[in-house]
Amino acid sequence: MAELDLKEIGVRGVNAALQASPVGSNEQDWLINNPMGQHAIACGLDAPLKVKIAGHVGFYCGGMNQQAAITIQGHAGVGVAENMMSGQVWVTGSASDSAGATAHGGLLVIEGNASSRCGISMKGIDIVVGGSVGHMSGFMAQSGHLVVCGDAGDALGDSIYEAILFLRGKVSSLGADCIEKEMRPEHLVKLAELLDAAGIDKNPASFRRYGSARALYNFDIDNVDAY
Amino acid sequence: MAAKIPDTLPRKSATFDDYTLSEIRRAAATGIYDIRGGGAKRQLPHFDDLLFLGASMSRYPLEGYRETCDTRVVLGTQFAKNPIKLDIPITIAGMSFGSLSAQAKEALGRGATIAGTSTTTGDGGMTPEERGQSKTLVYQYLPSRYGMNPNDLRKADAIEVVVGQGAKPGGGGMLLGQKISDRVAEMRNLPKGIDQRSACRHPDWTGPDDLAIKIQELREITNWEKPIYVKISGTRPFYDTALSVKAGADVVVLDGMQGGTAATQEVFIEHVGQPTLACIRPAVEALQDLGMHRKVQLVISGGIRNGADVAKALALGADAVSIGTAALVALGDNDPALEEEYNKLGTTAGAYDDWHEGRDPAGISTQDPELAMRLDPIAAGRRLANYLKVMTLEAQTIARACGKSHVNNLEPEDLVALTVEAAAMAQVPLAGTNWIPGQGGY
Repeated sequence: MAELDLKEIGVRGVNAALQASPVGSNEQDWLINNPMGQHAIACGLDAPLKVKIAGHVGFYCGGMNQQAAITIQGHAGVGVAENMMSGQVWVTGSASDSAGATAHGGLLVIEGNASSRCGISMKGIDIVVGGSVGHMSGFMAQSGHLVVCGDAGDALGDSIYEAILFLRGKVSSLGADCIEKEMRPEHLVKLAELLDAAGIDKNPASFRRYGSARALYNFDIDNVDAY
Repeated sequence: MAAKIPDTLPRKSATFDDYTLSEIRRAAATGIYDIRGGGAKRQLPHFDDLLFLGASMSRYPLEGYRETCDTRVVLGTQFAKNPIKLDIPITIAGMSFGSLSAQAKEALGRGATIAGTSTTTGDGGMTPEERGQSKTLVYQYLPSRYGMNPNDLRKADAIEVVVGQGAKPGGGGMLLGQKISDRVAEMRNLPKGIDQRSACRHPDWTGPDDLAIKIQELREITNWEKPIYVKISGTRPFYDTALSVKAGADVVVLDGMQGGTAATQEVFIEHVGQPTLACIRPAVEALQDLGMHRKVQLVISGGIRNGADVAKALALGADAVSIGTAALVALGDNDPALEEEYNKLGTTAGAYDDWHEGRDPAGISTQDPELAMRLDPIAAGRRLANYLKVMTLEAQTIARACGKSHVNNLEPEDLVALTVEAAAMAQVPLAGTNWIPGQGGY
């Protein structure tokens, strides 16, 4: 495993080394020491690397990730794994706002809690949160899955499109056009698969499913109060 | 027999004019606000309210056709390894595939490339046609992030973080279901035929402090190669420009209220934001206060129509301008040759603005394959290139007459204003006086 000291070489030095790591070389496993809560660590990767970050990170860690498996051993700031395309980002602690925002693919696991707007505008990513999520989570979520083992704050799934939300705890309130839906067998299978991938031992049957009522998909003046 | 008492003529209200009355009736019948494309249509103080002084005893002109008047401009010189080098100071503004047909996007790329300038993507991502035909392509980074992916980000020549748009400062967007074709739906990860809402705020940052971090991330992902533009609307140009610079922008793009949109509420277009003319000097002042004028480049858009407008914007301190509506007209939008078809849509050539409905007979603001096929991207691109060339020649003509060997050497001192309003906004003297409103001197 190659080690990089962010304190010594800075964010640019760390990212330049990771982004230049040739596919198929021995330099596939990396340990980043002293992240010091810095922003934009390990973003823009596009190779099947395994990157372990020993400590807390700031904004946009793992941003736009492709292929890499990034583990943050600590808490993550705003927009962890934002716009991820593929690969995996794993946070052992909690995450701030907008975790997994607009992400198209891959798996984001947050062992602790995630703050507001978790999964905002998600476009295909799977997100599993071991704890609870803040308000406006799943806002305008287009596709993918958001699994929340704890509770959800206000306006869950507001203006949601085709993303699927699984919630085990309580929801403070549902957002516009978000409704509880029947948990069918295929949903239980998918949920079990996601919980397994995240290493979480919970019974899929103890979750409820939420999604779009699809009532606001085409503008209608009689729905104006809902917008 | 008593003499007939003369009748007074029927008199229509200036306040309740025909347009206003028709809008009240339309609103009463439908219960919904009017949506349209384009920018502000009302009369506004604009570049026509300014005049160049030209050379005289105290200024030597340059010889037309013989002495060089340079038009080249470099954008993004502050942090990017690869700044954008353009032959002319006129760029093509961001317009999306989705709002425009693939043919129109391709034509914009072709025209810009022939003319030696850049074109810009829009909400909905980058199409291969557009990338393939655009030598220099600016990739917009918008709140919705439709179609946003790192591969396209790396293919771009510059990245434009869109904070605001002159037609609708503070507003998001809506692409109505009839324009969400299979291809548009796939690029935006949405079901076909549903209304696609574009958010008004970015999902993972708010405010200039966050934007600085977002810009850092974009630079890290693209190896600090590409200039980062920040596009703002004409709302608070002094502060927004200063904050964009603070956030680390290489280029500030400032769009006044005459700047167009694919679709938004008529009331938004006409009543929110400031005229382009009112925005330039405050933005330049902000750059000068920070010692960043000409280091962070300023691109002005919103109602640029000809070389005189270009020259005036540059004289007021812009480094370049951007055109959207005018570029679409050059492609063939609102062509009188299509008058019969515009009539069938209840409008007339020159006034067609229901771009959101996707029924554009010119094949530009549509996703209908048959309509879109009407636009020949090669011929339309050629028209755009011709138009850009004419604008450039016009701007050069004026610059030479003012004795400038580069169009960017034009300065406010070359201008006077025809109206008190324009004098105040452009901070140049009212013609025939030395009076700049707000600065004393009369």
